[in-house]
Amino acid sequence: MSRDAATHRAILAAWRIEHPRLITSLARILRDVPLAEELTQDALVAALERWPVTGVPERPGAWLMATARRRALDHLRRAAMLRRNHALVAHDLEAEQQAMPDLDSALDDDIGDEMLRLIFTACHPRLASDARAALALRMVCGLTTGEIARAFLVPEATIAQRIVRAKRTLTASGLSYETPRGEALAARLASVLSVVYLIFNEGYTAARGDDWLRPQLCHQALRLGRILTAVAPGEPEVHGLLALMELNASRAAARVDEDGEPILLMDQDRRLWDRLQIHRGLGALARARQLTADRGDPSGGPYALQAAIVAQHARAATGAETDWRAIAALYEVLARIAPSPVVQLNRSIAMGMAEGPEAGLALLQPLLAEPSLRAYHLLPSVHGDLLQRLGRHAEARAAFEAAAALALNRREREMLQRRARETPG
Amino acid sequence: MRFMFIVTSAQRQAPTPALLEAMGKLADREIKAGRMLDNAGLMPIETGAQVRIDDGRLSLVDGPFIEAKEMIGGYAIFDLPGKEEAIASAMEFMQLHKDLAPGWDGVCELRAIAGP
Repeated sequence: MSRDAATHRAILAAWRIEHPRLITSLARILRDVPLAEELTQDALVAALERWPVTGVPERPGAWLMATARRRALDHLRRAAMLRRNHALVAHDLEAEQQAMPDLDSALDDDIGDEMLRLIFTACHPRLASDARAALALRMVCGLTTGEIARAFLVPEATIAQRIVRAKRTLTASGLSYETPRGEALAARLASVLSVVYLIFNEGYTAARGDDWLRPQLCHQALRLGRILTAVAPGEPEVHGLLALMELNASRAAARVDEDGEPILLMDQDRRLWDRLQIHRGLGALARARQLTADRGDPSGGPYALQAAIVAQHARAATGAETDWRAIAALYEVLARIAPSPVVQLNRSIAMGMAEGPEAGLALLQPLLAEPSLRAYHLLPSVHGDLLQRLGRHAEARAAFEAAAALALNRREREMLQRRARETPG
Repeated sequence: MRFMFIVTSAQRQAPTPALLEAMGKLADREIKAGRMLDNAGLMPIETGAQVRIDDGRLSLVDGPFIEAKEMIGGYAIFDLPGKEEAIASAMEFMQLHKDLAPGWDGVCELRAIAGP
């Protein structure tokens, strides 16, 4: 790395450390989240211009904060002069007093409420889902447009356009500074959680050898999940989603072999699972359950239920010790509160393990006519597995062949073709 | 990427209330920013012991370790994008010590934790 590149990365790192406080503080002064984001970026640009010449200041955070606040005040002054609006001038003066860089109290800002507002603004249901993910990564995690583009494998111009358009939509709809509370918060939370889970899964499905920023998406999603548990600690599904992500991420090192071949859950070397992460996941799940119990809700939400299912695997020291009955029971509840053909398919797998292939097949049978699963290779794959265990070899072979024809991934296709060949009869 | 921060110092005095308060606020901010996973200060050396191997012989040194020069005062575990962020974070942490505990000398060592 050249010296310039090293300085550049050091500046970006200092900016990232300060970023949550910069953007929340500016949002409070300006009462406009997209504008706060823009001026926070301006502070980074200023640092990138100045610091290579002057050296990194002793308190980089304070420098960035003073610069960003100055820009915010300039903006307010200009706006006030343009409109000659007395009320705004008064607000401007008040903001100026608030914004005086007071180094000693730099840590005194409680960013919790502003952070919550930031996340809810970035994940507004009015925005397209890919725009929400990009905006959350940029506004909350402090990723640059280039980094987001590399992580999602799309051109930088595409992400830049998505962000500009999303910010314009927010401003035009008067959504640039709103705080959902009470029922509105609960309703909007679903959108926030789905954005975070989308970011997580985008990183989780990244292949070995992909740009390192892709797996980073998992970390950013975990970070968003932790931020949410800190700023909305009373919401059970916030803890449920964090639990689900921590528990899934705990298997990262065991999911692929040295050639990048995926290893199925039951075949993974459990010694490679991350114990600390499992511990954190189980802790988050326990909090979700406690909050749910406090509300008198017997089942809990879909994220907590999925986390509880993954937790059953995390708790089993070996695949053979898996409590399939508990998993089947959890899927039954999940199928009731968040019904979907994929949940039903997973339930039939668990049932097949808990009660035997006959019981699994009974649940799977109605799915064979399900239009949304017609092209889903796992349906005939699971079907073939249950048939094989029942000794119905000819039907099993046909199912594996059908599954192989639908598999999009070469490795999975080869595995299914092998199973078809190895089925006796 | 997970990092462990380990703070060591040869000085044994307890942190000043002002420093403790500032560190508490910093920890709170870092937890709310989703970056700090765990942190703790360690109790004085008298509460601990060392089980050692010297020249192949196992021995117990039950505190206080007169011969110990640098002692671990606390640790923290962070989840950060990379080493640059870890350094920026440690700089900020140590700047607090410089500002709020004049005369204190010490080290904040940061190390990446093995794993994915």
